[in-house]
Amino acid sequence: MTRLVNRHPDRPTRLLLAMLPFALLIAAYAIGSDLRLAENPNDKLLPSFRALGDAIERMAFTPDKRTGDYLLWVDTVASLTRIGGGVAIATVFGLLVGVSVGLLPYARATLGGFLSAVAMIPPLAILPILFILFGLGELSKFVLVFAGIGPFIARDIAMRVAELPTEQIIKAQTLGASTWQICTRVVLPQVWPRLMDSVRLSLGAAWLFLIAAEAVASQDGLGYRIFLMRRYLAMDVILPYVAWITVLAFSFDWLLRALQTRLFPWFALEGGSR
Amino acid sequence: MSRVEVRNLWKEYGDQVVLERITMDVAPHSFVSLVGPSGCGKSTFLRMLLSQEKPTRGSILVDGQPLADEPQPDRGVVFQKYSVFPHLTAVENVALGQEFARAPFTGRLFGRARRAALHEAGALLEGVGLGDARGKYPAQLSGGMQQRLAIAQALARKPRILLLDEPFGALDPGIRADIHDLMLSVWWDTRMTVFMVSHDLREAFYLGTRVVAFDRPTEKDASRFGARITFDIALDPAAPIKERLREAEHGSATDELGEELAAMAAQADRDDPAPGSTTRRDDPASRDGETA
Repeated sequence: MTRLVNRHPDRPTRLLLAMLPFALLIAAYAIGSDLRLAENPNDKLLPSFRALGDAIERMAFTPDKRTGDYLLWVDTVASLTRIGGGVAIATVFGLLVGVSVGLLPYARATLGGFLSAVAMIPPLAILPILFILFGLGELSKFVLVFAGIGPFIARDIAMRVAELPTEQIIKAQTLGASTWQICTRVVLPQVWPRLMDSVRLSLGAAWLFLIAAEAVASQDGLGYRIFLMRRYLAMDVILPYVAWITVLAFSFDWLLRALQTRLFPWFALEGGSR
Repeated sequence: MSRVEVRNLWKEYGDQVVLERITMDVAPHSFVSLVGPSGCGKSTFLRMLLSQEKPTRGSILVDGQPLADEPQPDRGVVFQKYSVFPHLTAVENVALGQEFARAPFTGRLFGRARRAALHEAGALLEGVGLGDARGKYPAQLSGGMQQRLAIAQALARKPRILLLDEPFGALDPGIRADIHDLMLSVWWDTRMTVFMVSHDLREAFYLGTRVVAFDRPTEKDASRFGARITFDIALDPAAPIKERLREAEHGSATDELGEELAAMAAQADRDDPAPGSTTRRDDPASRDGETA
């Protein structure tokens, strides 16, 4: 009898097993929904699949009666712009600060402690401050996403850079490299795949902050819509929206991972991603 | 090819004295093997030759000039590991030195200049027996091939001094023998002055024209006394190498010293890390070397 730790599913089995939890969740929902609807046809908590389909049809493929917009797409574009902008700024900031702190003793002495402290500020606690400072417009939403993940990325990159073996930095100097050349030829190329990991890890948090900002003050966006629909207990809209956000977040994660393997083959050889 | 003079060198970390009163004159084109028990400061000594660390007292002169205070291309280095860059292929690793030299801002050559640098690097790779591996990443190379690559890379800027920190410690004996021969021919062809830290006395005698042993004078209060040079054995560089090795192993002239050194090495193996010694500075990499 082979030990359980040594038994590996073959490929089709693995696929099947991977789908199993999803199937179970959907089945559980279907049963729960049926039971509740059988008792009360007007139940709003677990709408039937037909009702969900209708809501998707209404939100995604029918122009809104008042504005003529396709709401789901308008919301998606608004949210993606915000999260994309915020994540982009945070990534650039995290890269610049992280590499400096990780590589340059003077930068580490100056910013290391400050960064650790700033990273501890709960971003949602400063949400009111952001709204006061930057108004209720788009800017404060970028800033919240940025404030939420920028310090995290910077700290993560600083640690990854500091983890590069000293031998490499010394070796580069014996090959005649200046600080700038060490940065561009030794450190940065090795930081790219790690930066992608860092961004992947912070995307979850970025969505959290985006939806929080949209929930508080916004005219559109996926988070705004969910919180708006909550007032009407419109689970038939909320559930597809949540599923849609999940699909988007998952796709980005997958995309970043695929890009990483594609662009940095050596990174996987070295032991690769977490 | 450089003369190296070490003048009354001390290295202390706080209260702890690692090295004291190290003085030696090294003739151009010497191959100096540095041996001694773990934590005796031989790697620290090498790091000072590299300008990775500064001596607390004393000075190191190269051809009469004081050492630059940071690592420079005049001194190449091969570490036990992490010597090569994992994100570059073998040929790119070797060409990197030329790119640093010729492209101050981008650190990157393009077009014809790049092809020329890669061509040159390819020739160096051929020289160390890695002609077929030019497009491979270090992770795709065996330990021995990685060290060959590190040697080729270190040669790219034509250093006058080559520093080796237990470069072959982690390699299998068979592979080691091959790479020893490569090292000797490289040393002979380039006329470099070589310093090599080693835990392996056989290797130290086989490769070196001079074997220098470091040790602390006393067992107790070890941290108050730094290691000094306890043996400094000049080997005839003209003697055929195999002969020198045989001499070292069955030893007539160096018999007594050889035994002493062997005892020292045995002790290093036994009490590793040595009590109260400088294990703090002795990175785990160098300790791997003993077990390998």
